[in-house]
Amino acid sequence: MDYKSEELLICVITRLLEGVEHVAVGVSSPIPGSAALLNRALSGGTSRVTVLNSQNLQTLNDGAGELFDRAAQGRIGAFFLSGGQIDGQANINLVGVGEYPQQNVRWSGSFGSAMLYFVVPRVILFRDEHTRRTMVETVDFISAPGISPPEVYRPGGPYALVTNLCAFKFDKPRGRFRLVSVHPGHSLEEVLDNTGFEFDYPAQPEQTPLPEPDRLELLRGPIAAEIADPYPKFAKAIFGV
Amino acid sequence: MAISDLSQLVNMIPDGAKLALPPSRSGVAMAATRALAERGARNLHLVAIPTSGIQADLLIGAGCVSIVESAGITLDEHGQAGRFVSAVKAGTIRLMDSTCPAIVSALQAGEKGVPFFPMRGLIGSDLLKYREDYKVINNPMSDTSDPIVVLPAIVPDVTLFHAPLADRFGNVWIGKMRELMTLAHASKQTLVTVEEITDLDLMKDPLRAPATIPEMYVSKVVEAKNGAWPLGLDGCYDPDSVALAHYAAAARTDEGFADYLAGAIQRAAE
Repeated sequence: MDYKSEELLICVITRLLEGVEHVAVGVSSPIPGSAALLNRALSGGTSRVTVLNSQNLQTLNDGAGELFDRAAQGRIGAFFLSGGQIDGQANINLVGVGEYPQQNVRWSGSFGSAMLYFVVPRVILFRDEHTRRTMVETVDFISAPGISPPEVYRPGGPYALVTNLCAFKFDKPRGRFRLVSVHPGHSLEEVLDNTGFEFDYPAQPEQTPLPEPDRLELLRGPIAAEIADPYPKFAKAIFGV
Repeated sequence: MAISDLSQLVNMIPDGAKLALPPSRSGVAMAATRALAERGARNLHLVAIPTSGIQADLLIGAGCVSIVESAGITLDEHGQAGRFVSAVKAGTIRLMDSTCPAIVSALQAGEKGVPFFPMRGLIGSDLLKYREDYKVINNPMSDTSDPIVVLPAIVPDVTLFHAPLADRFGNVWIGKMRELMTLAHASKQTLVTVEEITDLDLMKDPLRAPATIPEMYVSKVVEAKNGAWPLGLDGCYDPDSVALAHYAAAARTDEGFADYLAGAIQRAAE
């Protein structure tokens, strides 16, 4: 069955959400949002989804702080973060490049990352540009650190990193990424060439599984209609709805 | 509505004020913001609760701002906030970068009249490193080592926002935009523009009252139809994405922004 690269990435992320009871999705996240909705559909409706800035995919009614209160209490099992830079210890940078504060490249800011990364058990990092510009040895600014000393309260943290080339899992005890699979059409060499940090990998990494045909059908049907609520442009471009 | 009402409203925001702003989807008083820029306000300390967009960007571009305290300044799907980015690169604004829940928690400390609020997270981030006003203490309820960040209370001098409805007594209905309630509770003054002013008493309507800010928190209300434009107002109108894209393009350069601002002020005068 033919598929788009976005559909492959949605299926990769969906597998990482299996068994999570409540998945929350922040702003500018149409691919993670679609994965959260597909996971809900596959769970038979037992998984809950909160998509920020949607009309019908969230029940927040207590202001800008409620999402964070839910997360701090442990009511959110998975969340997505990204970064203009991500490094090998899973530190993320959403602030800018160069010496802070007068940086030569400035992004919007850290949003909820510096708290959610600590309290949400399964944080999935997603970045659709895998280059040495984005996957760096050390970030220029730590919006939120990947690891913490043992005395720091941290039930949450990085679980996986998904890019346009491959999927990593984060090995918390070792504080390093481990390559899990390389997407079809890409190679280990390409991943190594485009990654600025060191990571663990097998000599013959697996290929990322293709999207399952039944999941593609769900995606192009009910999920496409649901994701059009917060992301109408994405739904039109990818699913034609 | 006479323009003089809006100018009276923004004249209540003194130069140098700590001015709190709601997020782009929660009732941004854009008409009043243009009036504030036109007045030539100076040295404002903006506190975005917890993020802002075109509102902060426009005030920065107009030279009204010296400090930006926020968890994010973005034009969302229209891209980067050009005047904010330009001011950061030029070093003309002081940054107080933070994270969304820290700003909301600190505002809640202001609301409760306590000096600080504790929050999980932040430890090991460069946000904490550069925020000398954020402190780490040991959890006083714990017998073991348990570091936790404490955030100083935010007490804005002025909060400015736009809401769907007020009554003639000054009560303001905010619908689901609950952060506006926290803002009004925490701020010394709250200035509001609204789509409509009703003769009913909103506090006596059992369906409206739980989402109504009582007049004791509200310093002034001015009617401003489409007062959030080009942003939207929940339940009333959607954002004007053509106008927002136009702003985003203009704000990329000094010249583009200067033309935009002159045009916006000219239209307001007509």
